[in-house]
Amino acid sequence: MGERTNPALATGRSIPTRRNTELAMLLFATVVVMAAQAIVDATVRGSVGLNVLWYGAGFAGVWLVAHLVVRRFARYADPLILPAVALLNGLGLVLIARLDAAAALDAESSGEPIPGGDAPLQLAWTLVGLVLFLLVLLFIRDHRVLARYGYTFGAAGLVLLAIPAVLPTSISEVNGAKLWIRVAGFSIQPGEFAKIALLIFFAAYLVAKRDVLSLASRRVLGLELPRGQDLGPVLVAWLASLGVLVFEKDLGSSLLLFGIFVVMLYIATERVSWLAIGLLLFSAGAFLAYQLFTHVQIRVKVWLDPFAFRNDEGFQIVQSLLGLGTGGMFGTGLGGGRPDSLNIYAKTDFIITTIGEELGLFGLVGVLMLYLILVERGFRASLLVRDAFGKLLAAGLAFSVALQVFVVVGGVTRLIPLTGLTTPFVSYGGSSLVANFALVALLVRISDAARRPAAPIGAPPPLAETQTEVLSR
Amino acid sequence: MTAEIVVQAFRFGFLILLWLFIYAAFRVVKADLFGAGPARVSPVPRRASAPVKDKGRRKGPRGPRQLVVTGGSLTGTRITLGTAPILVGRADDSTVVLTDDFASSRHARLTNRDGDWYVEDLGSTNGTYLDRARVSGPTLIPPGAPIRIGKTVLELRS
Repeated sequence: MGERTNPALATGRSIPTRRNTELAMLLFATVVVMAAQAIVDATVRGSVGLNVLWYGAGFAGVWLVAHLVVRRFARYADPLILPAVALLNGLGLVLIARLDAAAALDAESSGEPIPGGDAPLQLAWTLVGLVLFLLVLLFIRDHRVLARYGYTFGAAGLVLLAIPAVLPTSISEVNGAKLWIRVAGFSIQPGEFAKIALLIFFAAYLVAKRDVLSLASRRVLGLELPRGQDLGPVLVAWLASLGVLVFEKDLGSSLLLFGIFVVMLYIATERVSWLAIGLLLFSAGAFLAYQLFTHVQIRVKVWLDPFAFRNDEGFQIVQSLLGLGTGGMFGTGLGGGRPDSLNIYAKTDFIITTIGEELGLFGLVGVLMLYLILVERGFRASLLVRDAFGKLLAAGLAFSVALQVFVVVGGVTRLIPLTGLTTPFVSYGGSSLVANFALVALLVRISDAARRPAAPIGAPPPLAETQTEVLSR
Repeated sequence: MTAEIVVQAFRFGFLILLWLFIYAAFRVVKADLFGAGPARVSPVPRRASAPVKDKGRRKGPRGPRQLVVTGGSLTGTRITLGTAPILVGRADDSTVVLTDDFASSRHARLTNRDGDWYVEDLGSTNGTYLDRARVSGPTLIPPGAPIRIGKTVLELRS
């Protein structure tokens, strides 16, 4: 990959941009994706055609555009963020196409009409996501600009979050969860976009208020408790999360939002007591939800003993466990498993099971490693970046990916009760994919700012000698 | 459909490919962590072979290479030093942007002269401290000495 020779020595620059590393890793990701597609073709259809080359060329071309834009507009961005996302996205596309093919074969053998595939649509959404990625990089040249619109993003996030709850059930409800807007054949999950808007708001708000929020009142059991009057924001976040749970019946988003807020509060103030308060509030909320809502009770019952419900509510999770068991250590090989016949949500919530069945524990852990790389690069950007807002935003974005992956994988492997969240970049679902591309664009932008060498200072800046200070807050 | 041996080869081959990608990624991470400074690439022969490219940018292996924030809200931030001066303050175009109520918008400047770093106060309200002493004029920063600006502490590391 050329990382052995330090480009700085050759060019005299003090900090390498590492763009060539990124290009090499992207090409590597393309090779992996092409291999996956070729194996699926060979196993399912018995022959490998030239179309694999076309897929590979298309995939490489699309990510090359992204790479060139990063090269032009975020030269110093982290070299691993894009390749990790590209590989996750590519594997997702291959798996969805593979599930499409299996469904078509099933329909053919039982004489039913062949269902339209989801892969072309997912590919279209990937392109939309990449366009959004490019637009974010193009228009947001400095992530600190976002901090100025913190409250605007907050309001937008709340509105997006609330829309499905207000809309009539016929438009907004799918499988019991009211978190959609379904218009003219399209379904959009505004909550995915609300997540990012709210993350920006949290970061801007907490940077401005963290001095107050980290004031301590008294020590109890070694924890420095915050003052009572400062509990407001965390209570508001708690109530909003409970609102999502009550009005939209969406456990996953509710958990995700509250978790992100508490962790960002902790990162901003460095007070462990906020984590303790967050856990306490979470426990109270979970207990309340369990007492009040039957759909939460069912989730918990199924989690505790899925095989008792294997023909009704527990069917999905039981099939998921069986699939993972079939996969074992090394999996059945791509195209060799039967994830499609076992699980109707194999493309969305249970795509992790599909990976586990066909690639086994080794493959599943490999995919988790890709997420780990993405999250690690996010936290690294957060550590390196020189402004507090960027630090908090990058940490929040990285943590949100980590928490979402934990909730999904924990759910399908029965570590925690199952909640409906998408697996970022891999699952079928346009809103999630597009929103996550925006998230990655923000991470790339912040990592660029973090790694960019200090600009040489020529003439003194015009404001340097003036006596008045412009305070932004 | 396909011969069993081929299926098995695909099955393990793909896993190996996937993990090779992860291995390559971690090599990049490692290069990023340890390979950023030329110190690990044994600087002596390099200087002997290509002395022109160095242009006195660094005085051998012992000059400071990084500015590390060791206290205050930006703790953990590292900035790789070149020859450009480093501006510290609350102004948005500073190299180190502080969000510290005790810092001025243009608080202090760190400059490089022949490989040595000097700190200089830019007329801040609350002053810049090198170790315990308030900085008045440009002062040489000894290795490991903390520079205090408001609640923020900076150190040079090699």
